[in-house]
Amino acid sequence: MRNTVTAPTTYAWEIEARDLRVRVGRRRMAVDDVTLTMGRGVHGLLGPNGAGKTTLIRALATVLRPTSGTLTLLGGLELRELRRRIGYLPQDFGYYRRFTVREFVEYMAWLKEMPGRDVPSAVQRAIERVGLADRADDRLKTLSGGMLRRVGIAQAIVNDPAVLLLDEPTAGLDPAQRLRFRDLLTELGTDTCVVVSTHLVEDVAAACTDVVLLADGKLVFQGTPTQLAAAGTAEHAGDSPIERGYTALLAGPKRHGSW
Amino acid sequence: MTAHHPGEQLLRRYARGDDDIAADQLWAVESHLETCAPCRGRLVPDPIAETVWADLAPLLEHTPQMPSARPWRRRLTAWVSPTAGPWLAMILVVVFVAVLLDRLSKVAPGGISLVLLIAPVLPVLGVAASWGRTLDPVYELTASTPRAGLPLVLRRTAAVLAVVVPGLFATGASLTQWLLPCLAFTAGTLALGGLIGVTRAAIALVALWAAAIVAPAVALSRSPGAFDPAATPVWAAALALGLLVIALRRTAFTRLGANR
Repeated sequence: MRNTVTAPTTYAWEIEARDLRVRVGRRRMAVDDVTLTMGRGVHGLLGPNGAGKTTLIRALATVLRPTSGTLTLLGGLELRELRRRIGYLPQDFGYYRRFTVREFVEYMAWLKEMPGRDVPSAVQRAIERVGLADRADDRLKTLSGGMLRRVGIAQAIVNDPAVLLLDEPTAGLDPAQRLRFRDLLTELGTDTCVVVSTHLVEDVAAACTDVVLLADGKLVFQGTPTQLAAAGTAEHAGDSPIERGYTALLAGPKRHGSW
Repeated sequence: MTAHHPGEQLLRRYARGDDDIAADQLWAVESHLETCAPCRGRLVPDPIAETVWADLAPLLEHTPQMPSARPWRRRLTAWVSPTAGPWLAMILVVVFVAVLLDRLSKVAPGGISLVLLIAPVLPVLGVAASWGRTLDPVYELTASTPRAGLPLVLRRTAAVLAVVVPGLFATGASLTQWLLPCLAFTAGTLALGGLIGVTRAAIALVALWAAAIVAPAVALSRSPGAFDPAATPVWAAALALGLLVIALRRTAFTRLGANR
């Protein structure tokens, strides 16, 4: 599903990591020897709590420096130029309570160094895409949790990023909103490299073209949702084929029976 | 550019998309249209614009118009961190209270001036409020943007100094006594902040100031030597050292570590 309208790129993969290690704190290697490539499409980042999903996304967002290994984004641009083309929604999305939705997204567009004349229309478009046009001039403190999450998504897509990193974007969304969000993901995935971290396996099944499975900072599996489903058999725990595949791949000898 | 414009009939057939035009003619019309604006104009008759507008007009009425979202706020947040406002107000209140207390106790020459004692640590608080993760909920997003980095930190710091310095100047305290310590502590916060994080740096420096200068001054009830003219070279050296470390560690502010 490559978008043929955009100019050809000079790199093969939007994200290319080789033997990537990221240390958190003094000792813990939260991402340990991960080698992976990601192109356009929606990549679901799965794994148990503490598997290193957030650390990997932070490293991809360039806010954490890799301890060793190489990480090449968009063919290796200079940091500032690269960041103009990244959209990022952190797991604990903080916001300014007294800003309106429009002011907040505008402020983020300014931080992302968008040309001033493009900002108002880009902000309006981002807010419309997440379905908040009717609340655009309400202050953030008056919004519900799900709406705030959508503000977070709006600020991430306001600069039309080539790499979009979303850490737990579906937390706090109700079922109907999650369905709409999956549609948006599919739409964004046609010309963007989207990385979505989640622990909801059904999100992955519905919207992702590619699954990356992490456990204890190591890469356990990368492939399509169908391949993930094929890894599981009837005797593995889970309600859907993908869930069974997930448990099958994570069921190492020492993890058996523990949380 | 060619003088041979296609005839009316040929152009109409081209616009209709007739497939019986000879290949060479089609090619000629196409390449001519690429370079000739008047002929492109002939291609699109007026009614098209009217039809499009008729379709668009009702939609435009439903689309919310983009109001100018308080432009002053946009200009302000380019300098002052969105979280720093209340803290800057607090700093001014603290200065005012200090001046009031000084007036009440009628500082004798050689006695302790409260304004002088708090002056160096005031900008430290402002800087911590602008870049520290404890006070700025959006620290992680900010750190991930292209604008994050030393230039933005310096803008935020300039905004803090633009409030603190005039505030202290208005107290009438001797400029030579507080300006250098004030600047040295500001530079020190950023320099140390690049190494261990701005919040930690602010806590460390305020604690240091309280333990080394304020406590002895209060205990002995006399003005500390730090404000003597003799201390000026020391403050200047500290300021220079701070600026040097900031310059060396300038890339630290593009990462998460500097918010700690």
